This record gives sequence, C-alpha cells and structure tokens, in this order.
Amino acid sequence: MAAEHHSPLEQFRVEHIGGNLSLGGYDISFNNSALWMLIAVAAITVFMLVGIRKQAVVPGRWQALVEFLYDFVANMLKENVGNEGRKYFPWVFSIFMFVLFCNLFGLLPNSFTVTSHIIVTFALALMVFIIVTAIGFIRHGLHFLSFFVPKGAPAWLLPLMIPIEIISYFIRPMSLSVRLFANMVAGHVMLVVLGSFVLPLGLAGAYISGIVPVAAITAIIGLEFLIACLQAYVFTILTCIYLNDAVHMNH
Amino acid sequence: MDPQAAKYIGAGIAALALGGAGIGLGILFGNFMNGALRNPAASAKLFGNMMLTFALVEATGLIAFVVAMLILFAA
Amino acid sequence: MPQLDPTSFSPQLFWLAIAFILLYLLMSRLVLPRVGKVLGQREERIQGNLEKAVKLKAEAEEVLAAYQKSIADARAEAHSALNQAAAEIAAATAAREADFARKLAEQTAVAESRIKVSKTQALADIRTVAGDLAAAMTSKLTGVTVNGSDAGGAVEAVLKERA
Repeated sequence: MAAEHHSPLEQFRVEHIGGNLSLGGYDISFNNSALWMLIAVAAITVFMLVGIRKQAVVPGRWQALVEFLYDFVANMLKENVGNEGRKYFPWVFSIFMFVLFCNLFGLLPNSFTVTSHIIVTFALALMVFIIVTAIGFIRHGLHFLSFFVPKGAPAWLLPLMIPIEIISYFIRPMSLSVRLFANMVAGHVMLVVLGSFVLPLGLAGAYISGIVPVAAITAIIGLEFLIACLQAYVFTILTCIYLNDAVHMNH
Repeated sequence: MDPQAAKYIGAGIAALALGGAGIGLGILFGNFMNGALRNPAASAKLFGNMMLTFALVEATGLIAFVVAMLILFAA
Repeated sequence: MPQLDPTSFSPQLFWLAIAFILLYLLMSRLVLPRVGKVLGQREERIQGNLEKAVKLKAEAEEVLAAYQKSIADARAEAHSALNQAAAEIAAATAAREADFARKLAEQTAVAESRIKVSKTQALADIRTVAGDLAAAMTSKLTGVTVNGSDAGGAVEAVLKERA
C-alpha cells in the first residue's frame, strides 16, 4: 500500500483527457469522470428511447423494463409525496437514472465510478437540498420556518429542540452524499483488495488456492450490483421524503 | 510512537464501528424474518422497507470505513 | 485519496452540471412524455376494453333475460294448449260416451219391445198352434172332428188352469 500506484484507491484517479480548459479562472478540463457522466447520460437516453420506440400496447422485454423504471419512480413519488409531486417527476427520475447508471457503469472493468467521488455525490445532494428548500419556501413562504419547530414539544424544550432540528436538516446533504459515496468506494476498494490477493495466494499454494479470492470477488460483484441499484433507490426515496417534507410540512 | 503506526492503529479503531453496523443489520434482518414469517402476506411490503433500512444502517458502518480511509490515505 | 484532491473538484462540478442539466432536459422534453404517452394509451385502451366488456356483458344478460322470458312464455302457452286439448278430448269422450249410451239404450228399448211383441205373438200363436195341434191329435186319435174354436177354448182353459 505504500507504493501509490498499487493503492486500491488508484481506480478513483481523475485523469485529464485532451488539453486543459478553463472558464473564469477555474479548471474545467475534460476528464474520465466527465466522460463517464456523458456516457451515462447518452446511455440513459438511448436506453429509454430505443426501449419505447415501438410504442407497443403489449410491451416487449425492453419496453417493459423502461416502463417498469418509469412506474417505479412514479409510484415512489406518488406514495411519498402524493399527487403534488407529479411536476417534480422528471427531476426525480433524472436523479434516479443518473445515480443508477453511474453506479452500474462503475462496475464495468476499467471504467470510472462517477458516484465514488464525494464532490459529485455532494453536488447532487446539495442540489436536492437547495431545490427542496426552495420548494418549501415557495410553497409556504416564511411559514416554512415553522418546520423547525417540532409539534407537541413543551415550550421550555424548544431552545434545545429547534437547534437540533435545524442541524438535522442541514446534515441531510452530508448524510445523503456520504452514504452513496461510501458505499461505492467501499465496494470498489473491497474488489481491488480481494483482487490483489489472487496472485500472491495462487503463487503461495499450488495455484489452486487463488480460486478462493476469485470466488469471493464473484460473490461480491453480485452484492455490488445489488448495492448499486439499492443506493440509487435510497438516494431517490430520500429525495422523495425530503420533497414530501417541503411540500406537506407534516413533520 | 511512529506516526505511521499511529495511523494504522487509528484506522483499525475506526473500523470497530463496523461492529455496530453488524449488530444493527442483525437486528434488522432478524426482525424482518420475524415479521415476514408471522405474516407472510405482508413480507413484500416489509421487504421494501427493509431494503431502505438496510441501506440506512449500512451507511453508518460505511461512514466508519470512510473515516478509516481518511486516516490512512488523506493528506 | 484522489477524491479529496481539490484540483479535481472544479472540472467535475462543471461537467456534472452539464451532464445533469442535459439529462434533465432530455428526460423532461423527449423521453418521459413518450413513455407517459404509451402508458396513457395503454391505460385508455384497457379502460375502453373494460367498458366494452361491461357493455357486452349487459347486452348478453339482456339477451339471456329475453330468451328466458320467451322460453317461459312458450312453456306457459304449451301448458295452456295442453290443458285445453285435454279438456277438449275429455269433453269429446264424454259426449261420445253419452251418445253411445243413449244409442245403446235406444237399441235396447227397440230390441226389448220387439222381443215383447214377438213374445206376445208367440204366446198368441201358441194358443192357435196348440188348439190346432189338439184338434189334429184328437181327430187322429179318436176320429172325432173337433171344432177349432172348441179346441181353442180347451187349450185356453188348460193354460188358465196351469198358469
């Protein structure tokens, strides 16, 4: 682990592609992270458009998958926010698909996991936080501030409760982003660490013992697919829950 | 003490928090099985909630993992 | 940890913003309306089919009710026709029986009167025959010629005596 190029974190290195670009003094060079974001966007669009191109009344497999994803997010939004949530559907759907595809593409060999970068997940979570807060203020005006006053709490507890509520509200983007980031990093580090065991173990014990970490990797890849989908689901459902708080304020 | 050794010790201690996540997951899955076996009709609904809670509980352990990683590799 | 390298932040944020806004625009303008349209069409079609099915079912029930009613009507009609026919047959039978009985009685009466007539005639004839026979027998046996009316008177007397 001492040598930097053998570190399990090497896979998360951002590498520039092409020349340096800058905008207003900030570096905006194209890199592998940006490449995989755009690949995800293109893949989502192609996947959805090709799946729905026949517009069949009785869907084939692909169309059924597209419709399943649509219904899945739509139902999630409806169950958590209700009918007022319909106009936020494209936004929530974009979040879900973006996180899902970035997670899944991260599992391809030699790919780059966009969501394993804290800055990306934090930017997404901050976007959710800002938009949700803005929706709360637009719908309820300054009355939205009463969200931080817990209902039914005795008055003498309020000086304690209100700061706790405010902190727990502002910690939301942190927990949302760190959850996704940590899940992705942990899974990928685990895969690389296990992968680094294959050769030493195989050389140490008559080649056959190298099978053990390979089997473990195989199992963990399956788990990682589950985690990739699950984390996209969790990110989206928490977005829906926060949205419900802002829309209905039923704390 | 060698600062490098202190780093490794600290990372190891940070990883102890995973025990808490393990206990939490055990309680979660145990209670899911309990509920699902008592009322199999409700297990589909319980499963969705369980997966959400699984992610929330696991996140606690992963935050410990991140702390360990930060200790080892940050700076 | 490459994730904590601040020089990687600004390009990633920039491209993330571009990618996400692009994705949002593609989804909200292009993709989701199409998927929603297909789902809406299916919903409409299923709803339409359901309504059609409900209508057809109502129609079928109506037809069934009409059919059952016509069957019940036909059955009632057949029943009444059967009853009527039975009554007619019974009446005809009764009439024929009465007719037959009457004819029989008539014929019996005619026959009886004829028998009576022939009986009286036979009785009357018996006297004459007996008188003649007695006269013939007497003349044969005794050679005395007996007057017919005397013989008749004697036969009458014997008959009266025997009676």
